[in-house]
Amino acid sequence: MPLAQAELVGLYRRMLLIRRFEERCNALFLQGRIPSTLHLYIGQEAVAVGACSVLRRDDWVFGTHRPHGHALAKGVSPRIIMAELMAKVTGCCRGKGGSMHVGDVREGAFPAIAIVGAGLPIAAGAALSAKMRGTDQVAIGFHGEGAANEGDWHEALNMAAVWRLPVVYVCENNLYGASTHFSKAFAVAHVADRASAYGMPGEVVDGNDVEAVHDAAERAVARARLGEGPTLLECLTYRQCGHSRSDACNYRPDEEEASWKDRDPLKVTADRLSTCVPSVPFVPSDLETDVAAEIDDAVAFAESSPDPTPDDLLRHVFWEGD
Amino acid sequence: MAVMGIADALREGIREEMRRDPTVFCIGEDIGVKGGWGGAFTVTLGLVDEFGPERILDTPISESGFCGIAIGAAMTGMRPIADVQYGDFLFCMMDQLANQAAKMTYMAGGEVKVPMVMRAPVGSTRRGAQHAQTLEVFFTHVPGLKVVAPSTAYDAKGLLKAAVRDDNPVLMFEHKLLYGSKGNRAEKGAISPIGDVPDEDYIVPIGKGAIRRRGRDVTIVGKLLTVYRALAAADELARSGVEAEVIDPRTLVPLDKEMVLESVRKTHRFVVVEEDNRTHGWGAEIAAMVAEEAFWWLDAPPVRVSAPDTPPPFAPLLEQLYVPSVERVVSAVQRLM
Repeated sequence: MPLAQAELVGLYRRMLLIRRFEERCNALFLQGRIPSTLHLYIGQEAVAVGACSVLRRDDWVFGTHRPHGHALAKGVSPRIIMAELMAKVTGCCRGKGGSMHVGDVREGAFPAIAIVGAGLPIAAGAALSAKMRGTDQVAIGFHGEGAANEGDWHEALNMAAVWRLPVVYVCENNLYGASTHFSKAFAVAHVADRASAYGMPGEVVDGNDVEAVHDAAERAVARARLGEGPTLLECLTYRQCGHSRSDACNYRPDEEEASWKDRDPLKVTADRLSTCVPSVPFVPSDLETDVAAEIDDAVAFAESSPDPTPDDLLRHVFWEGD
Repeated sequence: MAVMGIADALREGIREEMRRDPTVFCIGEDIGVKGGWGGAFTVTLGLVDEFGPERILDTPISESGFCGIAIGAAMTGMRPIADVQYGDFLFCMMDQLANQAAKMTYMAGGEVKVPMVMRAPVGSTRRGAQHAQTLEVFFTHVPGLKVVAPSTAYDAKGLLKAAVRDDNPVLMFEHKLLYGSKGNRAEKGAISPIGDVPDEDYIVPIGKGAIRRRGRDVTIVGKLLTVYRALAAADELARSGVEAEVIDPRTLVPLDKEMVLESVRKTHRFVVVEEDNRTHGWGAEIAAMVAEEAFWWLDAPPVRVSAPDTPPPFAPLLEQLYVPSVERVVSAVQRLM
């Protein structure tokens, strides 16, 4: 179903929040105020926002080592993500996870899993749990295309299909596994081509078009909720920054970077909104102000939060209770 | 009260936990196939008849994958009992156990729990290098995992039930020569640690050791099969007037350190017997703990009786040399006296 203009404005705002959040993280990192490494989500916002837009609060997402976008898209508060990045005890992982593990289980975002591919069987396990407990919850396993060459990816997709589990595998094909180009790691044209090998539908999606991702995810999640099994969505997108903070991307052609920036997900959606009949106002500058205030608040919260105490080192190795 | 071996005791423990709690289920390879084996060593035999294939869930041969699935299910309200046919296959799922299950609670700042059990048969049984290792120490080294190793039927059932109810990932190591000496999957050379197992509900608390034999002259710590080697050695030593105290920690993590230290403070001599490879091994850790915390009570250096630093050999003659024998334990103790 085509998105109503008002919904699209909402998705644009969430993508903008992720974009500006990541840019602020970058600045704070350069100022030495964030001690972590960072894997920025800039350029891929439409994937997380589009996919999470069709989930309920009690559905689950499993993020990757590049998880800020997944967490923000699922509704995790920017405050506790920023506090985590600044290693504060108010962070979503009490300062014990850091950038690569942000999540908030209350919002259905599990701590992100930073070993490539490892979260995919775990997402299948959550889906198995939903099925066994008779709920109609759905799990999304986000992963980069690089994960599709890990054994866990194949094992997870196979078992999810054999047991018709309510899980959607959202592959963010951003063309590079760290610095290695897709063409050096795959003999197939598309990751989605592999879905048929496991007996599940696979679909190639324009991952820079939030509406396209939303539509594909809506179909896949509906299928999962009805007990019809998993789907593999391959969202074609681009990592506009380096793999991590130390990567200058000297291995990428300038023309390639420029062509993807022309199709920036924020730009794609803004262009479409500018031609829609407005049912709600779409004023990008107002949204910028709004999002900036939310991020300012997150930074202020994080900076005024206490550091962990030495006692925290030894806590939570084992479960301490609810 | 019934008399049974470890495989039967584990099966009863699983059955009772699955009846008690609908979130408990089994997941593994060849565990519920009708007309099949009930896992590699009969532990789940027949459970599918009572609980159905949804709760005795057979998986493809995908160790890392089904371990991850167990973890994901545990994080979202279920209590899986997973198992591998041979402990050696745990290496296939090392990332899922050591990076995911073990660290999830810590890296989530205590917000997520992973209440799962992973059962694994270990021990040399004429299967050579890849189906006979003793590998508990790979896991006792990883913070966030609890590790249990029952050597009696009573403990097997009680620890299994405690593990299912624990809110952390628990690895349960079971020795292939201790499952039972009867039945079509019995191992050559198996001993039968058959014992009384109560019908009523009980658990063996995780973290509590057991003194298997009282003695005043030397403390011998063993686990799984080597508990029995230590007990046989103690009987032999008693003939020459040396009374050994034999301790079975039952839980490897968290270790009942105080039980070991209290014994050493009494006997002043310490030997640890393990089927593990010697270097950087489990015994090394226990010996180091004794040296650090009971040094001034020792009359002799702490001693390890271990497997050599080789893979488990196949040839029965070599395997006999590999696994610590009663004679090696006796002579290690005699050198201390």
